[in-house]
Amino acid sequence: MTAVPDIEFRGVTKRYGAVTAVSGIDLAVPPSAFVALLGPSGCGKTTCLRMIGGFEQPSEGQVFIRGQDMAGTPPYRRPVNMVFQQYALFPHLDVEDNVAYGLRQARPRLSSREIASRAGEALEMVRLAGYGRRKIHELSGGQQQRVALARALVNKPAVLLLDEPLAALDKKLRTDMQIELQNLQREIGITFVLVTHDQEEALSMSDFVCVMNGGRIVQLGQPSEIYDEPVDLFVADFVGKTNLLSGTVAGHSGELVEVALADGTVIAARKRMSLQRGEAVSVSLRPESLSLGAPESGRFKGIVRNRIFLGSTAEYAIEVKGIGTLLAKADHLIGHGNLFKPGEPVAIGFASRTPLAFPETKNNGTNQRVDKHVEIIS
Amino acid sequence: MHGSRLRRNFLTALLLGPAAAWLVVFLVLPFIAIAVFSVGERAPEGGYQAALTLAQYANLPARATAFWNTMVLAPVGALACLLVAYPVAYYLALQAPQRWRLILLALVVIPFWTSLLMRTYAWMYILGGRGIPALLAFIGIEDIRLINTPGAVLLGIVYGYLPLMILPIYVSLERLDRRLLEASADLGATPISTFLGVTLKLSLPGVMTGFSLVMILLLGEYLIPTLLGGGKVFFIGNALVDLFLQSRNWPFGSAIAITLVLVSVVVLIAANRISTRVSGARRVDLI
Repeated sequence: MTAVPDIEFRGVTKRYGAVTAVSGIDLAVPPSAFVALLGPSGCGKTTCLRMIGGFEQPSEGQVFIRGQDMAGTPPYRRPVNMVFQQYALFPHLDVEDNVAYGLRQARPRLSSREIASRAGEALEMVRLAGYGRRKIHELSGGQQQRVALARALVNKPAVLLLDEPLAALDKKLRTDMQIELQNLQREIGITFVLVTHDQEEALSMSDFVCVMNGGRIVQLGQPSEIYDEPVDLFVADFVGKTNLLSGTVAGHSGELVEVALADGTVIAARKRMSLQRGEAVSVSLRPESLSLGAPESGRFKGIVRNRIFLGSTAEYAIEVKGIGTLLAKADHLIGHGNLFKPGEPVAIGFASRTPLAFPETKNNGTNQRVDKHVEIIS
Repeated sequence: MHGSRLRRNFLTALLLGPAAAWLVVFLVLPFIAIAVFSVGERAPEGGYQAALTLAQYANLPARATAFWNTMVLAPVGALACLLVAYPVAYYLALQAPQRWRLILLALVVIPFWTSLLMRTYAWMYILGGRGIPALLAFIGIEDIRLINTPGAVLLGIVYGYLPLMILPIYVSLERLDRRLLEASADLGATPISTFLGVTLKLSLPGVMTGFSLVMILLLGEYLIPTLLGGGKVFFIGNALVDLFLQSRNWPFGSAIAITLVLVSVVVLIAANRISTRVSGARRVDLI
């Protein structure tokens, strides 16, 4: 990466009294990237965003925006703009005045003609041309969302910060806005930093996902990397649906480990770190990597307990004796073809991708480049 | 369905009844009486004598000085109150640590537990010859007159009406969405621009409520100017006391009272209009 990163965290820690919200974060966001900070509530993702915006100051470390150390720079002097959760639109101003708010703050002053034309362009960009004189409370949630976007983007920020921007929208609108945001980002070409707790949103929209937990970055990578190659049990469990089966390491065979499951079955699994023989592990099996077949074939035998028909696929909850309930996702048009009914016996096999084994005890000594910084504070 | 609605109506009537009866007996009926008096004539021995004339209203200019003094005192007093109250309310709502806030608010209200008359007498003593001037003389600053000056009246008014101004402003600032302030800063507004462009405008309903509340009370105020101003300047309040109790010219007093009420209504409506327009609020709560 030769270009100066748009956003860079160097050893950033944030404490509130005795509570450490963010500990020792190192992160470099390349120009024109769409990055998602993903994690459960309280993982420090919003604090990170607020430190970029200037609403919080790091207790330790530095935040750089386009190579500039932002220490002591107040929010109103930072070249970033934020789309706030629930939008924080000014209720006393109409749509156009909300959008023009940032332009009116510019020094030297912009001419009123320029302000009007740029505000108009911004409204056009979010498909709200003609809504300029509307009051904020007359708009729907989705329209308010777009006003908030226009209000931030009209200032041509170096980086756009989005704090759970879609959380207040219904599912259909959310999907539309996801596509719209992606398109906007590509069109404008500036860096977007999105904070979300919704893993689907993070995976579908961003170029990079930064999974956070307990104030640290657990994994940084492209969405497919995060989904297919989670670094630990937390990421495997948090990103996407998965089945976690407990077992112990029975032996090694080349790159793979053999894991003995609770019912005595031994399966081969890939590993992310060296595992000792006899070590307790969890094996992650994605629902879509399981295949269902006639009762006499397959690795496990179980009984269908529940079926959720999803159109092109169906999700089954299958009870396997000695192991528990497994979730399997099957494309009902391919392969076996038939839909299994609740109560029917079924066999489960591995259709694709070898399962992944993780040590049971949480381990932060993983192989990501962020990890050397993660160790600093524990 | 019909029965339940009937029952609900009955319940509403039961709940509103006492207050409505109270208002009818002590506000509406007296107001009608005053309105009737104001188009009547003074009986030869004082009091009211039935008539239908606008002579009392035509006579209003006779008390023009009292009107004029009141029209100056009320807005100026309310403005002085506002200037003192806004920073206090701002501190209480946005700056004060959470756990001190209630205690500080209580301190604002506690003086209300003592009668305004007593407190104003206390000021008479503090500002009078044996109060602050005596202290100043002690450190060598002689001949300072505090009592019976316009400054003393203003001080008394600000002191007496401050809580009525602080509380509504506090409420509107307290309700202010803090993220709007962050959004403003995020969009490049300096703290001063944010205050003028967001905080002040959105607290305007509170400001207008406090301002009209204090101003309307000041339209009838005569106690503080009498006690701290030396009673040399007359206000409508003085005129009303004089007309009803001393010279017993009830119809003229009634005409003045009605005019005062009309002015109050105009002030209220104007205040409401202004704050609704600027703050974009759909309604304005009186407190």
